[in-house]
Amino acid sequence: MTASLTLIVLMAVLFGAGIAIMLERSLTRVLIGFLLVGNAVNILIYLMSGSPGLAPILGEGVDESEISDPLPQAFVLTAIVINLGITAFMLALIYRSWWLAQLGEKGDLVDDEAELAEDAEEAADLLRSSAADDLAIQQMIDASDEEPSSRVRWSTSGEGAYRDRSRDRGDGDR
Amino acid sequence: MTGILVPLVVLLPLIGAALALILGRHRRAQMAVSTTVLIAVAAIAAVLLAIIDSTGEGVVVAVGGWAPPHGIVLVVDRLSAIMLLISALVLLGVLVYAVGQGIADQHRETPVSIFHPSYLILSAGVFNAFIAGDLFNLYVGFEILLSASYVLLTLGGTGERIRAGVTYIIVSLVSSLFFLSAIALIYGATGTANIAQLSVRLAELPEGVQLILHLLLLLAFGIKAAVFPLSFWLPDSYPTAPAPVTAVFAGLLTKVGVYAIIRTETVIFSEHDLSTLLLVVGGLTMVVGILGALTQADIKRLLSFTLVSHIGYMIFGIGLATELGLAATIYYVVHHITVQTALFLTTGLIERFGGATSINGLAGLLKASPLLAILFFIPALNLGGIPPFSGFIGKVGLFVAGAEGAPEAVGGPAWLTWAVIAAGAATSLITLYALTRFWNMAFWRGRDELEGYESVLLNSVQEWEGAAPTTTATRTTPWLMVTATTALVAVTLLLTVFAGPLFDLAGRASANLTDPETYISLVFPGGIR
Repeated sequence: MTASLTLIVLMAVLFGAGIAIMLERSLTRVLIGFLLVGNAVNILIYLMSGSPGLAPILGEGVDESEISDPLPQAFVLTAIVINLGITAFMLALIYRSWWLAQLGEKGDLVDDEAELAEDAEEAADLLRSSAADDLAIQQMIDASDEEPSSRVRWSTSGEGAYRDRSRDRGDGDR
Repeated sequence: MTGILVPLVVLLPLIGAALALILGRHRRAQMAVSTTVLIAVAAIAAVLLAIIDSTGEGVVVAVGGWAPPHGIVLVVDRLSAIMLLISALVLLGVLVYAVGQGIADQHRETPVSIFHPSYLILSAGVFNAFIAGDLFNLYVGFEILLSASYVLLTLGGTGERIRAGVTYIIVSLVSSLFFLSAIALIYGATGTANIAQLSVRLAELPEGVQLILHLLLLLAFGIKAAVFPLSFWLPDSYPTAPAPVTAVFAGLLTKVGVYAIIRTETVIFSEHDLSTLLLVVGGLTMVVGILGALTQADIKRLLSFTLVSHIGYMIFGIGLATELGLAATIYYVVHHITVQTALFLTTGLIERFGGATSINGLAGLLKASPLLAILFFIPALNLGGIPPFSGFIGKVGLFVAGAEGAPEAVGGPAWLTWAVIAAGAATSLITLYALTRFWNMAFWRGRDELEGYESVLLNSVQEWEGAAPTTTATRTTPWLMVTATTALVAVTLLLTVFAGPLFDLAGRASANLTDPETYISLVFPGGIR
């Protein structure tokens, strides 16, 4: 098995530089260090496939001994995709942590207006649906009731009470 | 038939996660999807375990029809099936608990719409790691569960969680890089990533190369399993997450690392022996972990330290490398997954009900909620190793295995094994001390013994003792949360009731493990070319 010296040197430099940067305190530098080391590992995997050959596609007149090992390439592709996802998450995390550092204690309290409204809406939805459930149960109970006049009074007063309560809760949320 | 079931274990949670993401606005539908998926996986795991245990043959699936040495294989033997079943049950229990909490809270600390998809992806990663038949697929399983765990740990994005999450994420990333480098080097040395084939080919390598590769793999898995010198990150990062997240992390994630170490020792490096190292590290993990727990006032941190400490027992069992030792380890893993999860769930209830997790802020809980006291007391005694609970059975199994193995010096010198057994016994007692101390302070102690005590509980207790027994605790404990916790505690009790059959099952699983030929002939029925 022969390996490219250039790639080995590149890998070593990436490893060294990456680890050095990862030891810094700043999160952004840690991320950059992680990216460098991650790519160094990818090159390491690629180096393990041995000497380069033809594209690993089997077909008419292709000598199997001439093609390069496809498995490490599949490994590298997978590792790149995973690194991409983690980098995206880390960037979001770094942004959030910067945000919190800028605002200090208040950072936790800052809220997205739109999200808040959405949350309140969802809570109201839940209340409404549970109120509807309760109302249905109430009506079933009332239906079994013998006196027709009391049924009407029951259901209307019940509904009114639920409305009032849901309005109160909605205000409380804000 | 059974072949179809195996990929479903990973596919169902992934499809469920996609559905849950689409249904982000409809919380009830989301809950229905994730509960159904986990129930289905638990059922599949139970069926697989029943089939595999009765026939004695594992199930192997070559994904996409590519034959084993080149394609991806999924392998389910007894150990995998046991791990699948117990983790599916625990994941289900914690999910119900989280649903109960989510319905009750409805606030930004736990954005439920993100929780369900991440939770299902975490499950998919855990299941994938348990059925992976090649090293790279194991890596992918780890990455799936880690990525989901990053999201779950920083849920809500509060300052505290971000700080804790950064430590966890960077440590995990480093361990993943170690793992990936190890895979690259192993592939370079042997030309394969298939676990069964590695078992044969790695044994043919020179001793020095084997040692380096073996240590690299153990390093990567040791960080994930939180084994002593590599466990510093765990008590700092777990306690800040929401209660259900901490519970599932504590129960399952470290055990995935332990599972990987079991596979490494029994199949991948079946010929190469690092038992002495494992014994030493196991003993140190027990002692150092539990000494850390003694100094903690916060129950979540205390439990995190006992978690680290009890990983030591499993490492000790693996280090013994005997059939009985591995059987006891498997039983202990199952016991520890359920007990640790149950304890963290109960802690969540305590936090809700008592308004604090510190030993200094809690008192009089026994009077206020006897059920909560029982729910904490049983797993606490269990973890401490009081008979007749499963913790006692597991520890006795490990000690007997150690005592039997010691004269033959299976893993290192005999005195070392005895020393680790002594450390294990001491650790068990100190665990008991630490947990009962918390119980005494939080539950037994009257609230009048607490000075300057101000919490939600105080009001409720005061009014409870008054003429009108009306509790005014602002945060009640929803019945779903209590039910889920009770169910898990009941499972820990079942581990005692069915200890005999379970230990036999663990014995059969470890008999498969001690002979790597079983695993190899399972993947390559016709023998390796």
